[in-house]
Amino acid sequence: MKITLDADKCCAAGQCVLIAPEVFDQRDEDGVVVLLDAEPPAAQHDAVHEAAAICPAAVIEVHS
Amino acid sequence: MTEVEGVTEVVTAVADTADAPIAVVGASAAGLAAAEALRRSGWRGPLTLIGDEPHLPYDRPPLSKQLLHGTWEAERLQLRTAEQLAPLDLDLRLGTRATGLDAATRTLTLDGGEQLACAGVIVATGVAARTLPGADKIPGVHTLRTLDDALALRGALAGAGSRLVIVGNGVLGCEAAAVARELGHDVTLVGRDPVPMEAAVGTEFGELLGELHRARGVRLLTADVDGFTVTDDGAHVTGVRLAGEEGAELPADAVLLAIGSEPAVRWLHGDPALDTTDGLRCDAYCAAAPGIYAAGDVARWDHPVHGRPLRFEHRMNATEQGMAAARNLLAELAAEGAHAPDDAPERRPFAPVPYFWSDQYDVKIQAYGLTGGADRAETTVLDRAGCRAVTLFGHGDHATGVLAAGIPARQVRALRAVIAQPLPWEEARERIRAATAPA
Repeated sequence: MKITLDADKCCAAGQCVLIAPEVFDQRDEDGVVVLLDAEPPAAQHDAVHEAAAICPAAVIEVHS
Repeated sequence: MTEVEGVTEVVTAVADTADAPIAVVGASAAGLAAAEALRRSGWRGPLTLIGDEPHLPYDRPPLSKQLLHGTWEAERLQLRTAEQLAPLDLDLRLGTRATGLDAATRTLTLDGGEQLACAGVIVATGVAARTLPGADKIPGVHTLRTLDDALALRGALAGAGSRLVIVGNGVLGCEAAAVARELGHDVTLVGRDPVPMEAAVGTEFGELLGELHRARGVRLLTADVDGFTVTDDGAHVTGVRLAGEEGAELPADAVLLAIGSEPAVRWLHGDPALDTTDGLRCDAYCAAAPGIYAAGDVARWDHPVHGRPLRFEHRMNATEQGMAAARNLLAELAAEGAHAPDDAPERRPFAPVPYFWSDQYDVKIQAYGLTGGADRAETTVLDRAGCRAVTLFGHGDHATGVLAAGIPARQVRALRAVIAQPLPWEEARERIRAATAPA
C-alpha cells in the first residue's frame, strides 16, 4: 500500500487521525493533515481505507 | 417479469435478486460513499447510481468557499475521477431523476418512465435550496446549492465592487458574505434574526461572528424580505425590498437567497408507507422500509445516543451515513439470502458524533455533537478580535455538543472526546477547560 495526499484540499476535520493515528497527524497551527507513514504495514490497511473513504475533502488516495 | 416454462409469472414481491441491482438515488457525497461501501463490503451484483445533475460526483462545501472565491476551478471539486470510478462497475445514470419509489416491491420509476426493480435502494437525494415565490424567474437572484448555481453566482461577481445582498444569515449566507468581502464587493447580509448563524452556533458565538463580519465590512441588517425590484424590462434585479419599513429598499447588482433548504422527498410522496415529514424517516439502522435505506442530508433517523430523530446537512454525515446505510442494507440482504457476503455482517445502529465545520475569512469553526436546539450554552471567549472561542452546549443536565473556533487541532480532537457521549454538564465543563488550557 502506498498513500498520497492532496493536502491543499484538506479541511482539517481530523477524522483520519482519529481512525489511523499511526499513519496520519495534523499540523497544530492549521489542522492540515500530515502523513506519518506513506507505506504503512498490513495491520493498518483497513484503518487507512476507512480514513480515505471518510475524509470529507477527498484528500487521501490509496494505491495498492 | 420472468418466463417460467412458457408461463409469464408476474413478480409482485421483491425482484428476483439474482440480477436485480442495488440502486443508489443521489450521486453526491452520500450516494458515492454508499456505492463505494457496497462494493468494498462485497456487493458483486449490478449497482446503479442515479444523479439528477449532469456532473460526476462533486463536493459541495467548496462551492461557497474556494469555488466562489475563484481559488479552485470546478474540476478540483470532483470527488472521484472517471478512472477512480471505473472499478466500481457502476450503471451510472447522470442527468436522470427518480420520480417514484414503490417501497414494498423496491421498484423505482425514473423520469424517462423506466421501472427499475431493485434488490435494495439507498435514498441519498439530499436537499434543494429554498427560494421565494417568483424569485427563480428574476435574473440576478441566485441560490447556491449546485455547481451550476455557484458558477452562475461567481460569474455575477466577476466585476469589481458589485453590490451583493445576501438574504439569510445562516452558515451559507455567512460563508458567501466572507468570500464576497474578500473579493472586494459591497456586501449586505439580511437576516430575520439579528444574530448570524444563531441556530447552529448559539447566541454568544453568533454575536462574535457578527462582530467579525462587521469588522470586515459586511453590513448586517435584521429584516424580512418582501420582494425584489427589477429593471423596467424585467431583465435584471435592481434591489431587495424589505418588509415593514415603508419603501425600504436595498439596491443590489446581485442577490443571493440563502434561506435554507428542503429535503428532496417530493418524489417519494406517492408511497404512503414512507414518512417524508422533514426528510425520509428512518429507524436507527437508517432503514425507511425493508430494503429501503437513506443517507445524508435527506435522512431523518433515530440517533441511538440522542434518542430522537435527527437530520443533518453536514458533509461528514453524508459520508458516514452513506457507508452505514450500505453496510446495513447488505446485512439485511444477506439475512434474506439475497446476498452472499464474505463474512457474516450484522446491522448496526448508526450512532455518529455529528461534526461540521465552516470557514469564514481566516477563522475555522468546528463543532461536534448537537449544537442546534440546545437549552443551555456557555461560551468562553479566548480572543474577541480573533474570533477565538469555545462553546459548550447542553440539554438538561448533560453536555451534548461543543464548538471551537481558532483552537489548535490537537485540542479540537480532545473536545470531541468530551461530548462523544453525553456527559454531566459540570464534568464536561471541567474537561473542556482542561482540554483548552494553554500548554
